[in-house]
Amino acid sequence: MKKNEDTRVVVGMSGGVDSSVAALLLKEQGYDVVGIFMKNWDDTDENGVCTATEDYDDVVRVCNQLDIPYFAVNFEKQYWDKVFTYFLDEYKAGRTPNPDVMCNKEIKFKAFLEHAMSLGADYLATGHYAQVRNNNGQYEMLRGVDDNKDQTYFLNQLTSDVLENVIFPLGHLNKHEVREIAQEHGLVTATKKDSTGVCFIGERNFKEFLSEYLPAQPGVMATLDGVEKGRHDGLMYYTIGQRQGLGIGGSGEPWFVVGKNLKDNILYVGQGFDNDKLYSDGLIASDVNWINPTPGESFTCTAKFRYRQQDNEVTVTKMEDGNVHVEFHERQRAITPGQAVVFYDGDVCLGGGTIDEVIKDENYLDYVG
Amino acid sequence: MDHIYLDHAATAPMDKRVIEAMNPIMTNIFGNPSSVHAFGRKARQYLDEARRTMAGSIQADEKEIVFTSGGTEADNLAMIGTALANRHKGNHIITTHQEHHAALYTAENLEQQGFDVTYLPVDETGRINIADLTEALTPETILVSIMYVNNETGVIQPVEAIGEILKDHQAYFHTDAVQAFGLLDIDVKQSGIDLLTVSSHKINGPKGIGFLYVSHGVKIEALQFGGEQERKRRPGTENVAAAVGFQTAVELSLDNKADRRQTYAHYKEQFMKQLSENGVNYAVNGALDQSIASIVNISFPGANVEALLTNFDLDGIAASSGSACTAGSVEPSHVLAAMYGENDNRTTNSIRFSFGSFNTEENVIEAANRVATIVKRLTQ
Repeated sequence: MKKNEDTRVVVGMSGGVDSSVAALLLKEQGYDVVGIFMKNWDDTDENGVCTATEDYDDVVRVCNQLDIPYFAVNFEKQYWDKVFTYFLDEYKAGRTPNPDVMCNKEIKFKAFLEHAMSLGADYLATGHYAQVRNNNGQYEMLRGVDDNKDQTYFLNQLTSDVLENVIFPLGHLNKHEVREIAQEHGLVTATKKDSTGVCFIGERNFKEFLSEYLPAQPGVMATLDGVEKGRHDGLMYYTIGQRQGLGIGGSGEPWFVVGKNLKDNILYVGQGFDNDKLYSDGLIASDVNWINPTPGESFTCTAKFRYRQQDNEVTVTKMEDGNVHVEFHERQRAITPGQAVVFYDGDVCLGGGTIDEVIKDENYLDYVG
Repeated sequence: MDHIYLDHAATAPMDKRVIEAMNPIMTNIFGNPSSVHAFGRKARQYLDEARRTMAGSIQADEKEIVFTSGGTEADNLAMIGTALANRHKGNHIITTHQEHHAALYTAENLEQQGFDVTYLPVDETGRINIADLTEALTPETILVSIMYVNNETGVIQPVEAIGEILKDHQAYFHTDAVQAFGLLDIDVKQSGIDLLTVSSHKINGPKGIGFLYVSHGVKIEALQFGGEQERKRRPGTENVAAAVGFQTAVELSLDNKADRRQTYAHYKEQFMKQLSENGVNYAVNGALDQSIASIVNISFPGANVEALLTNFDLDGIAASSGSACTAGSVEPSHVLAAMYGENDNRTTNSIRFSFGSFNTEENVIEAANRVATIVKRLTQ
């Protein structure tokens, strides 16, 4: 076993409080810690200053407080090719992509991991709320102990091989403890606001951002029975179960997006939060990753269909093409194609996939997308 | 692990003798050189003497020396100051694609202010073509700014030839000599140079001071306003201690110029020889035989600048490349892009090594061995 001081850990630092504390904890444990800032997106503000500047500046200041070396690495091209292109393609297909899942899979735990290894690192560490457990040579990913912050949903595409080289120093902590540690040590990022939304969009208006890359095709908004309820601005701006921004007036219960018809460019809407059209009892997922071998071809476990959702009991059945059929033990609302379905056995994250088809009464719901 | 510094073109350590010269000034001489009392006069004496040394180092008159905060300010003052003061004579400025950003971005700023700027190309040797300059000159041209030695490649520009062409033209000739000064013999009068930039910290002097040579008769506007210092061309209370340190650094650099040229050339040769002996695949960017002894810019095919520099640093080797963006990531070199084209791999796989007072033959060879190990690991 290498001593900590001889063990090099590259920490992916974003300039936020989580990765700052991750670096601090590793430094306190005596590791040879190297902080690296990833620049994945090329954007400048109205003064021509790169928008990543503030964050990088915070990385520099924290690393200087911790007395660890810091560097930056540019993955703009990889990010564009692997994450942003996927992001646009999914919207073009009328789906709701999850770029964070893709970024973790292709950039942070692939390109960046390779970069870290090329620097002689023994481990890559990040400020994610998740835990790694060595179970006789199989590296398992467990939920972070903070239920509200657990990020295994976004990490579902990692594999045992990758996890073998990963440390999540915050997995056993609650967010408020992380803030407290940062404050105790006077880290400049201690009170920095958490970032929200998609990283490359930042604080900007989502609709405006998307319209810079994809042509919006306004069209008809209608019920599944064909009653026109207005116009939509472009299918890509809406997601299943969405209530805001439909602009349908009148009395009665509020209106929700229940589906999309890409071919005829129609946005389907329905009335009421519990509208029956929003419910389904199964799904098909593709791009399925199992972190470790599964118990069998068909098994019962729990699943999340979106971040921060409660776990739901499901039966997973592997299909011949590698996709999985997921049967819900209780019907689910607003299952959204393009989003991730992530599987758990207790606290162990088993893996996950991308929701492709939504099933109800043994039929694919064509109207969902 | 010993850290080895191969980045003297970025900045150089202060010479002990420079510090020794500054200490008594900081301890005893605090007067304001503009004050009309004994304290002020004492400080002024030191300042005058420093200025005389600066002038002598480039065969100029001491009234032609304007102290600035460093090279960047001197470039700004030279270019903006003369452009604004001579606008009535024309609106055209010539510079090159391979300038230091202190000049390049100043030129871009002048463009925004309405000046026409021609950016001369450089060829694969890193040098401009004199015919391009001749062709670009118009009766409207008021300023030609071309650096003496490129800071990334070390390639020396044909300064004498440029001066010769401009002899019979109204345009002023400004050259940023930050990398040249201290190693090359500079004679502003003989070379037809009207404005010349020098920085102290590149020649083992203190940071925060430099000078601009402004030839008699050159019309130049000040960029900042205040007192009468530097004959109103650069107001602000002078940093006498830094000027004295700068003076010592200049004297030392003049003293053994030829020796250092030879020593650094030897380091450069040893460094490359060691890479070759280690079986490293590399290529030198720019014309080696037209470059200054202290700088070599090396391309490592199949490698990437960020991985190289990070690995070098983690193994104790300090070198650099191009420039970093404000978010820390390394930008492709604009100098190498000017030489080879924007999409050439050399813009993203090249490192500048620059030798100087920190080096010995032993540490240069040791550095080459470490570099070789890393490059081979990254490219195999």
